[in-house]
Amino acid sequence: MPLPRLIPCLDVANGRVVKGVSFVGLRDVGDPVELATFYSDGGADELVFLDIKATPDDTTTMTSVVAQVANVLEIPFTVGGGVRSVADASRIIESGADRVSLNSAALANPWLITAIADRYGSQAVVVAIDAGDGVVHTHGGRVATTTPTLAWAIEACERGAGEILLTSIRQDGQRTGFDLELTTTVRNAVTIPVIASGGAGCAQHVAEALRVTDAALIASIVHENPSGLPGLRREIESFGIQLRPIKERP
Amino acid sequence: MSDVIVVDYGAGNTRSVRAALTHLGKTSEVSSDPGKIVAAPYVVLPGVGSARSAMAHLNATSAAAAIRDRFDAGGPTLGICLGMQLALEMSEEDGGVEGLGLLSGEVVRLSAERVPRLGWAMVEPWGEAYYFAHSFAAQSSDSIATSDGITVAVQRGSFLGVQFHPEKSSGAGLDFLGKCLSRA
Repeated sequence: MPLPRLIPCLDVANGRVVKGVSFVGLRDVGDPVELATFYSDGGADELVFLDIKATPDDTTTMTSVVAQVANVLEIPFTVGGGVRSVADASRIIESGADRVSLNSAALANPWLITAIADRYGSQAVVVAIDAGDGVVHTHGGRVATTTPTLAWAIEACERGAGEILLTSIRQDGQRTGFDLELTTTVRNAVTIPVIASGGAGCAQHVAEALRVTDAALIASIVHENPSGLPGLRREIESFGIQLRPIKERP
Repeated sequence: MSDVIVVDYGAGNTRSVRAALTHLGKTSEVSSDPGKIVAAPYVVLPGVGSARSAMAHLNATSAAAAIRDRFDAGGPTLGICLGMQLALEMSEEDGGVEGLGLLSGEVVRLSAERVPRLGWAMVEPWGEAYYFAHSFAAQSSDSIATSDGITVAVQRGSFLGVQFHPEKSSGAGLDFLGKCLSRA
């Protein structure tokens, strides 16, 4: 098994990284390229960029961010938000992203998963699931659908997704730990890796998640103290989790 | 002439490989020109796209023949991920694809617990962790390194192939690429 991964998630709006406490009062915390390099140097195993304001008429801003990031980043990164078609996925992958993350677009058009996987391989397709009360939610977790979480995870896997990014709506933003039961249940039902998301408040929470799944997404825990990432890694390792050894860039 | 020719498959992203080469102070260009492939100081076959379409593109542009000529002449070449898999005799991907046949063996679907096999993993006997993202793997008598028991590096003559992505493996990957280029 590959080593467990620690994945900082950067929310992006209008080409800048924002820390989204809520959509009202977004605080600009910087340049995506600068922050990405900083996290990479701090030992991030991978990064996720979520375009939280993606609109169909503005696809060029994110494409330009992706290209700038790819020119300097030497770790893999995924881009989500606003991927609604094979053409959207092509634009992002051919600008230098390793993978795209699909959320409600995949739910509305499940064939999209297969179409992108056929062209770029399963490893290039992440399906993001916002889960709560046993069902999938859309619109940033605000709207409940009738689709059971487990059934959708299995379908996404069968259709060619290469990974599932599983967010617990209940835990998201609470900082009281990941939903380990949800993560374990979904991971046991699929044959692809699962990234746990939502609830990281301290190193112990991340270590608990990495004991039951392949990767953990972290946001505020690292955004509040970006230079604390190496320390966070060491603390996670002190709970008996083996992360990759870091080698300084030449 | 650039220091490195990154072979064009007609699809996918070569930006990361070129960015890593730039970081190491090497000039590079993306090309499928047979003359350039034969003559370049160093050639990288990157890891993008599917086996069938990549091989079709290499054959259509005569890049495939140029890579074989280069190999026969001892020109150093690095294959990354799919670029390594294509150098073997045969791949199971896309219902079966004939490879370049520079090295012995074939490419088969992974039987790991979770496929795709994603993430950083230790490579032995090198003792470094590199980034992997693959659903297929080589079975070859030219194997020189493994990860979780899977062949992840093959070498014969002037061709070195790796399953991991050095261009996505941060310090360890840049260090590896730097060593490859310094041997050229």
